[in-house]
Formats: sequence, C-alpha cells, structure tokens
Amino acid sequence: MTIVRAFRSLLVTFAVLLGTAPAFAVVEFQEITSPGGVDAWLVEDYSVPIITIRFAFEGGATQDPIGKEGLSDLITALFDEGAGDLDSEAFQIRLDDAGAEMAFASDLDAVYGSMRLLADQRDEALGLLKLAIQQPRFDQNPIDRMRAQLVSGLRAAARNPQTAAQKMWAQAIYGDHPYARPREGTPESLAAVTAEDLRAFHRAVFARERLHVGIVGAINAEDAERALDDLFGALPEKPDLQPVPDAALNLGQDLAVEYPLPQTSIYMAFPGMERTDPQFFAAYLMTHILGGDSLLSRLNQEVREKRGLSYGVGANLLNLKHADALVIGTSTNAERAGETLGVIKDVVARMAAEGPTPEELALAKKYLIGSYALNELSSSSAIANTIVGLQLRGLGADYINERSAMLQAVEMEDVRAAAAQLLGTKPTTMLLGPKAEPTP
Amino acid sequence: MIFRDLLALTLSFVLAMPTLAQEPPPQTEIASWTMDNGLEVVVIPDRRAPIVTHMVWYKVGSADDLPGKSGNAHFLEHLMFKGTAKHPASELDRVVNELGGNHNAFTTSDVTAYMQTIPPEALGTMMDFEADRMIGLVLTPEIVGAERDVVIEERRQRTDNNPQGLLGEELTATLYQNHPYGIPTIGWMHEVEQLNWEDAMAFYKRFYAPNNAVLVVAGDVDPETVRTLAEASYGRVPRGADLPPRIRPSEPKQDTARTVTLTDQRVGLPSFSRNWIVPNYRTAEPGEAEALDLLSEILGGGTRSRFYQEIVVKTGIAAGAGAGYAGGAYDPSAFTVYGAPQGEHTIADVEAAVDRELERLIRDGITERELESAKMRFVRSLIFARDQQASMANIYGSMLATGRTLQDIEEWPDRIRAVTPEQVQAVAAKYLDPSIAVTSYLLPAEQEEE
Repeated sequence: MTIVRAFRSLLVTFAVLLGTAPAFAVVEFQEITSPGGVDAWLVEDYSVPIITIRFAFEGGATQDPIGKEGLSDLITALFDEGAGDLDSEAFQIRLDDAGAEMAFASDLDAVYGSMRLLADQRDEALGLLKLAIQQPRFDQNPIDRMRAQLVSGLRAAARNPQTAAQKMWAQAIYGDHPYARPREGTPESLAAVTAEDLRAFHRAVFARERLHVGIVGAINAEDAERALDDLFGALPEKPDLQPVPDAALNLGQDLAVEYPLPQTSIYMAFPGMERTDPQFFAAYLMTHILGGDSLLSRLNQEVREKRGLSYGVGANLLNLKHADALVIGTSTNAERAGETLGVIKDVVARMAAEGPTPEELALAKKYLIGSYALNELSSSSAIANTIVGLQLRGLGADYINERSAMLQAVEMEDVRAAAAQLLGTKPTTMLLGPKAEPTP
Repeated sequence: MIFRDLLALTLSFVLAMPTLAQEPPPQTEIASWTMDNGLEVVVIPDRRAPIVTHMVWYKVGSADDLPGKSGNAHFLEHLMFKGTAKHPASELDRVVNELGGNHNAFTTSDVTAYMQTIPPEALGTMMDFEADRMIGLVLTPEIVGAERDVVIEERRQRTDNNPQGLLGEELTATLYQNHPYGIPTIGWMHEVEQLNWEDAMAFYKRFYAPNNAVLVVAGDVDPETVRTLAEASYGRVPRGADLPPRIRPSEPKQDTARTVTLTDQRVGLPSFSRNWIVPNYRTAEPGEAEALDLLSEILGGGTRSRFYQEIVVKTGIAAGAGAGYAGGAYDPSAFTVYGAPQGEHTIADVEAAVDRELERLIRDGITERELESAKMRFVRSLIFARDQQASMANIYGSMLATGRTLQDIEEWPDRIRAVTPEQVQAVAAKYLDPSIAVTSYLLPAEQEEE
C-alpha cells in the first residue's frame, strides 16, 4: 500500500491528548518535509539531551532471492561493518567515540534502522549514519564473519524442537507464499549470498518512495529537515521490489511435534482482520477480551486463574503486510494438555456464539484507549517506533487522535459479528510436547 | 538462567545512575524522605508525558527464604494479587485496566517489587491499593492451591523446559557453597510443590511492613503531591517490628575449581561460562566494584571489547564471547566470562582463547584509551536511561532496596571516572583466579546424522 501524504509542504501538528484529561497535550507530532522531499514525523523534546531517529524501508525478507534466504538478516548485521572510506574497525571506533548507538534489523516486510545519539555530538553521529545508509561497503571479511555468526545461531537452534515446530507451522499456514520461507535462511542459503547480492538488495530496497521516518528528541524542525536530506536525499526515488501476493492462510489443520518436554505448547491460528478493515477495532476489542495481556481475559481466567493449568495464555491479532491472523498460544502441564486445549476451545466457542458481555466491552474500551499513551509513547524510542509502525500500516498522524473515537464507536453488534467471523472457523492447531496428538 | 540474570543485573547497574553532568539537565531535582513509620520515599519527576510509575520495593527476596522453603518469597508475590478485606481479588486488575494502566511484580534474590504505570490522577488510588495490601492480605486455601499450580507451570516454562535454564540453576547451586544465592528464586520443584498458606503468611507478616520497604514514584508528579498522597495512604500503615540485620550465610573461602556439565539433545552449539564470586558495590573496598564493572566492559562488553575483537573478529575462534558482573546484588555475587565456538573450532579452543585474554590482561594491564572508551559508554548509557521513567524508577528502587544510598547513586559517575588502569588490572589479578573458578558446559548430545 502506498502512503498518500496530503500535506506535503505544510507543517501539520497533531497534539495527542494523553489519558482522559484534556489539560494534557504533550506529545506533538509534526509532519515535516525536507527541501529535497523526504517526509518524516517529528516530536521535539528537550528534557533529555538525546535524539532518536528510526526509519523503515519497505521490503524485508520477502525480497530475499530464492535460494538466498537470510540475506535480509545478514545485510542488517553489516551496516556498522564499514562504510565510505572507513573499514569495519575504523567505523566502529568512530561510532563509539561519537557516543551513538546504531542498530539495523529486518522482518518479513521491512528493513529497519535506528540511531540514538547525544545532542551535542549530533553532526558526527548523523554523519556516520549517513555513510551507513548510503555507502555500506560490504567488505568480504565482515560478510564472512557475520555470516558465520548467523550460521552458528542456526546451528544452536537446529535441534531445539521449537525450531522444527516453527518451520512446520510456517509451511502449514502459508503454503507456497514467501512468508513460508525461512526468514533467517539456512546454512546453504546464507552460503550462497555474495557481496554483489547484498549491493543489489541495498540498491533495490534503500529508496525514498517506501521510506518511513520518525525523529524524536532535542532537534528542531529545520535541523531535522536538513538531516533528512543529508541521510536519505541521495538515495534513488523508487525502490525495485519484487511483488508479493497476499497470503491465503491454510486453516483447519491439526499439527503435532512430538518431543519429551515437561510442558506442551499449544498454538492456534484463526482468520484475522486487515488493519484497514472498518471492522478492525471490533476484532481488536474482541481479541483483547478473549486473551489480552491481563489476568482478567477470558482465557487467563479459565486456564490460569481458575484451574492453574498455565503461567499464561494469550490471544493476539497478527497484522503482516500480506497476511492477517488471530493467534492463541500457551504452554501447559503436559499431562493436562488435553484438558487445557478443551478449556480453550470452550472459551473460544462461547465467544464465537455469544460475544462479550457489555461490562467486558466497556472495560476493554477503557483499557485500549487509556493504555495507548502508556504503551506507545512512554519514551523517545517508543514514540519513534510508534511513528514508523503507523506509517508502515498506512495510518496518518491524525490516527492517534481519531483512534479513541474509533474504539468508542464500536457497537456490541460489531464485536459479536467479529467474534463469529474470526472464531467460528476451525483453526490450525499445533501441539508441541510429549505424545502430542492432533485432536479430532 | 544465570546468564540472563547476570547480564540483566549488570545491565540494570550500568544503567544505574542519573544525571551525569554533561549538560545541566532541565530535570527537576530528585526528592527523598523517610516517613514516620519508616517507609523510605523517592520521587523522580519527569514531566514529559502524563504518566506515573509507582513502585513499592520490599527489602526481601528469595535469599531470605527459610531453609527447605525455597520459592516462598516468589509464591507470596503471586498471592499478593489475591485480594484483601477491602479490595477483593481482581479489583486491582479491573481498576488498572479501566485506567489503561499496566501493573506487575517481580521477585529477585534480594528484593520483591510491585509496580503500576498509570495516569497521574490515579496515583492516590494506586497508593491506597498498595498500602492496603502491605498488611491486609486475605488468603483462602483454595486460592493458594490453584496459584501454586500456576507457579509450578511458571517454573516448567522458565526453567525445566529448556536446557539453558536447567544448567543455569545447577551452575548457581555449585558456585555458591553456603550462601542462599545458590537456591533458585522460583524454588526447587520438590519444595515448590509443598508451598502453602501458613508459610506464605508467616513470611508476609515478618517482612511486609513500611519500615522494610521503599516507595519510588517517577513521572509527571511533584514531591509535595506525593507526600500528601503517601501520608493519606501509607501513612496509615503502622510500623512493623524491627527486623534483625540482614545477614545471610556467607561463603567460605573457596579452594577448588568445579565443573557443571549438561548434555542435551536440544543443544546445537556448545557453550561454556566461567564464574567467580567477587565483591559487590555494597561490601567491596573502595574502587574495587567500579573497577570490576569496567573490567567486565573492557573484556566482554560489546563489539569494542577484547573478547569480541580478539576472539570473534581477529581469530574467528568464537561465534560469541562476553563478560558480566552482578555488582548490584546485596551480597557478593558473580563475575562471569563466556563463549561459544565458531565453525570447526571446539569449545576447548574458545576456552583457551578466553583464558589467554584474561592472562594477557592480568599480565599487561589495559590502555588508557580502552579505559576511557569504557567509561564513556557507561556515562552515555546513564543519559540514555533518563529517557525512560521506568528505568529510572528501577535504578533507584533496586539500589535503595539493597543497602545503597542516594549519595552512592550521585557519586557513582565520579567514582567510575576515578578508576585507573592499574586498578582494573589489580581486581582481575586478585579475583579471577582460574584455580577456584566454576565452569559450566552446555553440550550437544551425540546423535546420528539425519
């Protein structure tokens, strides 16, 4: 999905009302555009002399060439391993002296970068970030070293039954969609990656059109705009991404990985709800009531609080760029795994048939409205994360203000419909543990 | 999981100090006082967002469990959510949920802490709840039974279900020959299964009182408001009986090198760790704990460390190697070095390489340059820590609840700056004696190739 920005040249400020008291208007999101046309959201804050910048280029592991899976993981380990005329060691010493922390990471859908720096060493730190973004060297020595570390990581996990379970899960759910490929690659696929492959990935993905940026901290709009041009202005306008189809989830399967463990892990995948679907918030509220991060959730009440079957059970809405699912997961006493699965199924069936109570819905609304600021805006890093996350999902800065009203507007009928729609389908279920048997 | 725990402790200590005077911070001053009933109070104003972190730290942890009752301190932490006469079970959950807040609790060897993150207008309500359950807990046998099952599942999930968890527990039990740090916080399974109402209540009545606790409030609030609200809530809780000095069984002189090995089918890559019990900040001679912190950073604190540069980058022997120091513990605790081999190299190669680096440092010392860089990284992490009010609350709470003072916190940056290369070399020579190290090995089981 492309991000439409209506206010390209305007400086629009959204004041987020935190909590319920209108007297507080603290976190102000400014939409800024650099002279060179790079967009970002900025939150100015001078209470601590630091600046946090975070950005994402769309196109993550799904852009790994066939047979070179893990490339997007490897490339993120190489941005502090030499750039411009600085080799690995020179770059890292300069970065350390500049008092900055730089990190890169990738997931299925994007490559992320971030830097946390001290305001009084801004120019030196951002200069290094610019080099890393624009002129990574991909020297053979660091490539070989980081590849060897990743392969060691794969070896370390290879015999863990969790690894086999994850692989089976991804392949069963996603079939021949790119999401089923191993995101971290295999020793063989990592061995196939060359410096030229890394350069090609960098050229294809590091472009301005699908770039999302958040800047938070001790920097004003003018300086932030200048930094945007400096960091990103020289990148090509358009990325060269392989198209990725939306995934059709294969649900209704019963899977098992048998392993002698003291606990059985249970995973269930139901249909999800697209982030932009008008019914998303109904599904979101329903999922929270079912298995949100609270001991009051229906699943935690029945599985943990009343029966002591588990340390915790959760339900989450998963929203990837090309797939959506509602996922339930827990670990339980292996000898009572059948009982636990039965309790979960009962709770799910009751929610699908009846929906929540009015009290539950009212409480979930209060929690999800009130907790947003506490969870998403509590530090510079959290704010920068939130900014990039919203942009990746195609949401505008005004979303933060509209979100409360959208949650408030959800009717009981919507929630019941969402429950029936998502939970009325037979899920794909996987048990990992001793004598795990698919239940009929 | 000794690795994770040690690293977490070290990290929380590295993050442990406020307000480094690089630039004068526009941050309000930290306020502190002690209430008439003995409750220590610390307020860390942070006005950036309308959020408050409210924490009560009890100066008691699993190392204070009675012999044979391991897991009791942690079990009580769970039971503290089961309600009082005034507020039945789940009411706190509901109220915090309505506020959009978060709440949780944790137990370590030394402390038990309860916290809520809430909008500032709810601070008084949270204080009412927390003051109420400081002495008002009501438990029934049925509740206790189900919660014990939850804790058993927690133990299985964290420890029994993975080889790293099991080995960490055995390593700790071997490292400490007399001190209760050798006993896992969550408890040995056979003792967890026996946890009961009587023992939990006895522990509660003995240790939960205002004069054995620290109240930490960080966030969008001023000290005077905190004082007023605290007087109206905690101020009504009577002072408890004086507790005897907090003296746990101490370690005898250690004379042997010991080895703990776990071989498991699930392990794909071998790894080792080498551990010593060394002085901590509270008890060390002046400068030694600071030097141990810097030693840990220089040896194994990241990509600029000696282990990483020499063993991972230059020789390619290790896939990873590092060091950790748990100087923030109440009693002397562990210094750890660890590593795992790369490619065709063996665990013995990594061990030899780590030992060589230790010997080299003890023999030749460190450079001014690497000491300065390590100090800078500490200072920087303190400034970054100020971005998160929860980390500030954790820093102050954990230190004040383990026998340190505000003055210790204030002076720490200068003490770090004062450390010399010779001091770092000296603590390495004095404490990292291979003949009394405890080494753990996590090894793959032999298995047929598929």
